[in-house]
Amino acid sequence: MISKKEIEHIANLSKLKFNKDEIEGFAEKFSEIINYVEKLQEVDTKGVETTYQVNPNTQFMREDNVLESFSNEEALSNAPDKQYGYFKLPKILD
Amino acid sequence: MAYKTIIGLEIHSELMTNSKIFCNCTTEFGGDINTHCCPVCLGLPGALPVINKKVVEYGIRAGIAFHSDIARETKMDRKNYFYPDLVKGYQISQDNIPLCSGGFIEVEKEDGPKEIRIRRIHIEEDTGKSVHSEDGGSLLDYNRSGVPLIEIVTEPDMNSPEEVKEFLEKLKATLEYIEVSDVKMEEGSLRCDVNINVVEEETGVKTSITELKNLNSFKAVVKALEYEEKRHIELLKEGKENLKETRRWDEVNNETIVMRVKEGAADYRYFPEPDLVKIEIEEEWIESIRKNLPELPHDKKERFMKEYDIPEYDAGVLTQSKYLAAFYEETVKYSDDPKQVSNWIMGDVLRRINDEEIEIKDLKFTSKDLGELLKLIEDGKISNNIGKKVLRDMFDTGKSPSTIVKEKGLIQISDEGALKEIVEKVIKNNEQSIMDYKNGKNRALGFLVGQVMKETRGKANPQLANKLILEIIDEK
Repeated sequence: MISKKEIEHIANLSKLKFNKDEIEGFAEKFSEIINYVEKLQEVDTKGVETTYQVNPNTQFMREDNVLESFSNEEALSNAPDKQYGYFKLPKILD
Repeated sequence: MAYKTIIGLEIHSELMTNSKIFCNCTTEFGGDINTHCCPVCLGLPGALPVINKKVVEYGIRAGIAFHSDIARETKMDRKNYFYPDLVKGYQISQDNIPLCSGGFIEVEKEDGPKEIRIRRIHIEEDTGKSVHSEDGGSLLDYNRSGVPLIEIVTEPDMNSPEEVKEFLEKLKATLEYIEVSDVKMEEGSLRCDVNINVVEEETGVKTSITELKNLNSFKAVVKALEYEEKRHIELLKEGKENLKETRRWDEVNNETIVMRVKEGAADYRYFPEPDLVKIEIEEEWIESIRKNLPELPHDKKERFMKEYDIPEYDAGVLTQSKYLAAFYEETVKYSDDPKQVSNWIMGDVLRRINDEEIEIKDLKFTSKDLGELLKLIEDGKISNNIGKKVLRDMFDTGKSPSTIVKEKGLIQISDEGALKEIVEKVIKNNEQSIMDYKNGKNRALGFLVGQVMKETRGKANPQLANKLILEIIDEK
């Protein structure tokens, strides 16, 4: 079971706000999903190493070369707000 | 009551690669705002990271230098948190399979060496930098976003601020030696977070851990730790409980200030980075990195003892930093007396460097200049004392020793004829000293040599003056 408190915690980590009904709804749906995958817990995995990748490939590593970057204008071309060449954001309170 | 301080460190060090960890943008420090950026390091949708081989290599180098186990298979993970300096809402880092595990750094203690254990070394990307705008907004520069870092985590094995300083100096010197980072705390290429608490040894009562941030020099680390050590002991004495919190060092008021109280463990929801697959590290690659590793401080120290026949203490001091060691080796080339070179560098040169809080790289004169100065002394052209004066001038003006000697007329008087005249004059004015000497007071001879040195403003060759005085007295 996923509690309302856990939902609030997850929402908080994602910087999202929900009303009471929504939180209750999520708690229910999250619980359903968790219960569904809970089935996997029945498999005996003793002595089996954690699988973190099913793809058999290994990572290609590139050489340490510098290529051209964006100009300042290009870098900022999608920015909703900018100032002195910086991306501008509302004040951060944390 | 006896108290034991427990300190562990987390060190971030920027790697000196040419390009960033997951894209080809330059890692160069500074540069115009937001001009070292591309879709990858700006976190634009659809951009894919490709790992820089050099970053993995430098991480392995550090692991070898610190005696860690190098993973033969490792992976990158997503560390999720929201902060504007983090473009993607996650940092690509390493969680449960770090590149290097275990290891240690040895620090010298009065009662012998002590091993400070390293828990892990992993690779990750740096964040951007934010500044505050005058109208209350936040301004972001992402030039640093994606610059490669290694994070080195120690076990809580340090028990005093002094030990931490020793550890950091060793760590810094080694990272410099193996040429993976330029470790400048002022420029932020070396950053250090500290965890400290204190335990009352008899009862086992502990304070909660305090994390210290914003420490931008070794001095700040030591001062902040001294402050915290006292604060924690005070808490134990008063039987007060403290909360687990993060504090920062306030350099102006010399105190630590609470930044935030930590409620529970941070929840970063790590998971394997889906945009990168596992990294395989071949044994041969590790071996070739090991073989090509630049000489480490310990090996250099042993070599100095053998090659230059200098005492262990000297070799230890001279190999503290790569730059100092190089300076010594360069200087020795111009001198016939390696021990003499060591004496000068450990004495007058290092004293001045420490007093002025500069580094060997900042000197106005070169190792060749110092070598030339020592040669002038070895050849008897100037006395030791004049040599010290010339060195002071070299520190101030950066002029070559021969120029200073010439300009100030400091060449030692080694000409018998010229010196004899002065000696005769001194003897004439100090009849009493001659009597004293003849009556067995040997000190009188020293006084007379001193007078000759005074007459010549230190330029007389003291051995010659000594000899001439004795000759003249004998004649009398």
